[in-house]
Amino acid sequence: MLEIKNLKTRIGDTEILRGLTLSVQAGEVHAIMGPNGSGKSTLALVIAGHDDYVVTDGTVTYNGKNLLDLEPEERAREGVFLGFQYPVEIPGVNNAYLLKAAVNAKRRHNGQGEVDAFEFLKLAREKMAALGMDPKLLNRGINEGFSGGEKKRNEVLQMTMLEPSLAILDETDSGLDIDALKAVAKGINTLRSPDRAIVLITHYQRLLDYVQPDFVHVLSEGRIVRSGDKSLALELEDKGYDWVREAASA
Amino acid sequence: MASENMESLVNRRYEHGFVTDIETETFPPGLDEGVVRAISARKNEPKFMLEWRLQAYRQWLEMREPTWAHVHYPQIKFNEISYFAAPKSDDDRPKSLDEVDPKLLETYEKLGIPLHERARLAGVAVDAVFDSVSVATTFKEKLYEAGVIFCPFSEAVREHPELIKKYLGSVVPRRDNFYAALNSAVFSDGSFVYIPKGVRCPMELSTYFRINAANTGQFERTLIIADEGSHVSYLEGCTAPMRDENQLHAAVVELVALEDAEIKYSTVQNWYPGDENGVGGIYNFVTKRGDCRGANSKISWTQVETGSAITWKYPSCILRGANSVGEFYSVAVVNNMQQADTGTKMIHIGPNTRSTIVSKGISAGKAQNVYRGLVRIMPQAHGARNHTQCDSLLIGSECGAHTFPYMEIKNPSAKVEHEATTSKISADQLFYCRQRGLSEEDAVNMIVNGFCKEVFKELPMEFAVEAQALLNVSLEGAVG
Repeated sequence: MLEIKNLKTRIGDTEILRGLTLSVQAGEVHAIMGPNGSGKSTLALVIAGHDDYVVTDGTVTYNGKNLLDLEPEERAREGVFLGFQYPVEIPGVNNAYLLKAAVNAKRRHNGQGEVDAFEFLKLAREKMAALGMDPKLLNRGINEGFSGGEKKRNEVLQMTMLEPSLAILDETDSGLDIDALKAVAKGINTLRSPDRAIVLITHYQRLLDYVQPDFVHVLSEGRIVRSGDKSLALELEDKGYDWVREAASA
Repeated sequence: MASENMESLVNRRYEHGFVTDIETETFPPGLDEGVVRAISARKNEPKFMLEWRLQAYRQWLEMREPTWAHVHYPQIKFNEISYFAAPKSDDDRPKSLDEVDPKLLETYEKLGIPLHERARLAGVAVDAVFDSVSVATTFKEKLYEAGVIFCPFSEAVREHPELIKKYLGSVVPRRDNFYAALNSAVFSDGSFVYIPKGVRCPMELSTYFRINAANTGQFERTLIIADEGSHVSYLEGCTAPMRDENQLHAAVVELVALEDAEIKYSTVQNWYPGDENGVGGIYNFVTKRGDCRGANSKISWTQVETGSAITWKYPSCILRGANSVGEFYSVAVVNNMQQADTGTKMIHIGPNTRSTIVSKGISAGKAQNVYRGLVRIMPQAHGARNHTQCDSLLIGSECGAHTFPYMEIKNPSAKVEHEATTSKISADQLFYCRQRGLSEEDAVNMIVNGFCKEVFKELPMEFAVEAQALLNVSLEGAVG
C-alpha cells in the first residue's frame, strides 16, 4: 500500500530524513519509535504533503500512485489520514462542520452523494460515545478550548468517521491519561481491517499494550535503523534509544 | 508555504464585470445650478424639491471633502462626472416585468438575481434601480392593501409631498457632510418606504442598485419611515459592471422609527472593487443614519460589504426615544488594493437606550480595513448601555486592519464595553483542513464564514445564503 524508498527531505537547510525506506501493506499496523528529532513527525507530514518539507530524493508510492505528485487534499481524499501531534485550533468554525465537509469531500471524490445531515449526526454521536467524548464538542469551534485529551480524541473521531485506508497517528497517545489512552486505543482498534494500514508514531511502549503492532521500527537521524516485531518495543523501553544509536553506528 | 500561497490566492476576477448595452441618456459632465435644475425638471419635481436641491447645492459649494478617513485616492474631479443617466425610454416605463427590457433582465440573470422567480419565491417586493431610474416594481398591490407605501423616491416626491417635506433631511441634514450635501443636490432616485401605524410590513422589501453607465455618479436617496408600532425589514443589494474609470457613489439613507416601531435594514454590497492593481472600482461614500425618534423604537443595521475600491460608510443610530435600541452588525471584506473605512455611530440621547455593535473585518491581499466607531452617551442618557465587539481577520501578510473606537461618555450611569480581537488565518489551519480533504479555498471560506456567522445570522435567510456565496467569491484567490 505504502512504499517509501530512500526518502530524503529537508526543511530550509536542514536535512531531516536521510534515506528512509519503509514498506507498509494493507492489514498491517506499524509502530515507528525513536528519539526526539529523529524525523518521526517529518515523515508523517511529508506523507500528508506539508510543503514546508522539500523532498530531495527518493520515492513515495501509495496504492501504485506517486504520492508526492498529489496535493494534500487529494491525498486525504485518496484515503491518507494524519492524526496530528498538535491539532490546530480553528475558532468560530463548528467542529461538526469540518467533520461533515471532510466526509463529503471524500464521498464526492469517490463518486458518492453527500451524506444526509441526519445520518451524519447520528453516526458522529455514536462514534463520539464510543470514544467517551462529550457530544457538545461537536458544536464547539474546532479544537477551540479543548483539553489535550479532547483534541486527541477529536483526531481519532475524525479518523473513525473518514475511515482512511492509511492512517498515520503522530503521538496520538502523548499527554493522555490512562482512560483516554484506552478510549483512543479502542478507536484505533475498531479501524483495524485487512484493507487498511495504520502507522503509529509514538515515544512510548504504553500505547502498544493496547494496540498490538505487527511491526516496530526505530527511527534515528532520519533513517530506520532497526525493525522488528512487538518485542523490539519492549526492548527499547528497557534499554533506551542510546542502545539503538550504538547498535546503528556499530 | 503560507505566505507564497496566500499571495497567489489573491487573484480573483470580478464575476459581474460586464456592461449592458442599453441606450442611456446621460447629461454631459459637470455640475452647476443648471444641472440641478435639469435633474429636477427631468423628474417633474414640485417646486419645493427644486428649492431644496438648490439650497443643498449652494451649501455643498462651501464645503470641503473630508480627509480624516484612513483611505487614499486621487482627487475626485467633480466637474468630470455626469450627474444623470437613465434608460432612454423613460416615458413609457414598463408596468410589469414582462415589459422590462430583456437585456436588463438578462443582466440580472448574470448577476444571479432572477428577479421574477426570486421575488415570487421569496415573497420579496423588488424595486429595481437600474442606473438611476426605477424600472420594475412588484408586489405593489399587496403592499398597497396593507397601506404600505413602497415606491421610487421620485414618485414619492410627486405623490406624497407631505411625507417628503416632513421627513426628508430630518435625519441627515443637507449640510451634514460633503457627500450628503452633494447627494441632496443631485440625487437621482432611490426608494421611499412608509409603514403606517401598527402595520407589520407583510414582506421583506428589497432593492437592487446597479451602476451601469461609465463615469456616472450614482446618488441614491432612500427614506424609510416606520410609523408608531410598525415593523419593516428592508434589503438592499448591489453589484456593478467592470469599468476602468473610478465611479463615484454617494448615497444617503435616512431611517425614521417612531414610537414602538422597528426597522431592520440589511445590505449586501458588491460593487466593482477595481482590479488587483487597484485600477477602477467604485468609490462608495455613503451616509446612512437612523433616528429612533420614538420611545421603545429599534433600528438595526446589518451590512456585508465586499465591493468598492473605497468604502466610507458609517450606518448610525440616533437613540433619541427612551428605551430605544440601536444595532450594527457588519462584515467588511477587502482584498487586493481595496480600502474600507467603515463602522458606526451610536448616539445615546434618551434614557435606558441600548446599542450593540458587532464588526467583523476581513483583510486579504494588500487591502486596508478600518473600523471606526463612535459611542456617545449624552448627559441625559441615564442608564445607557453599549456593547461593542470588533474582530479582525487577516489573510496573508501584506494587508492591514485598524481599529479606531471613539467613546464619549457624559453620563456616569452608562455602561460601555468594548472587546476587540485580531487573528490571522494560519498556514497550520489551512494544512489541517486540507489534510481532511478540503481544498484550500474551501478551507478559507469555511474559516471566514465561521468568523462572520454572528453577523450572517442577523440577515434574512435568503440574503444570508447570498452573502455567504458572495464572501466566497470575494476571497477567491485570497489564499493559495
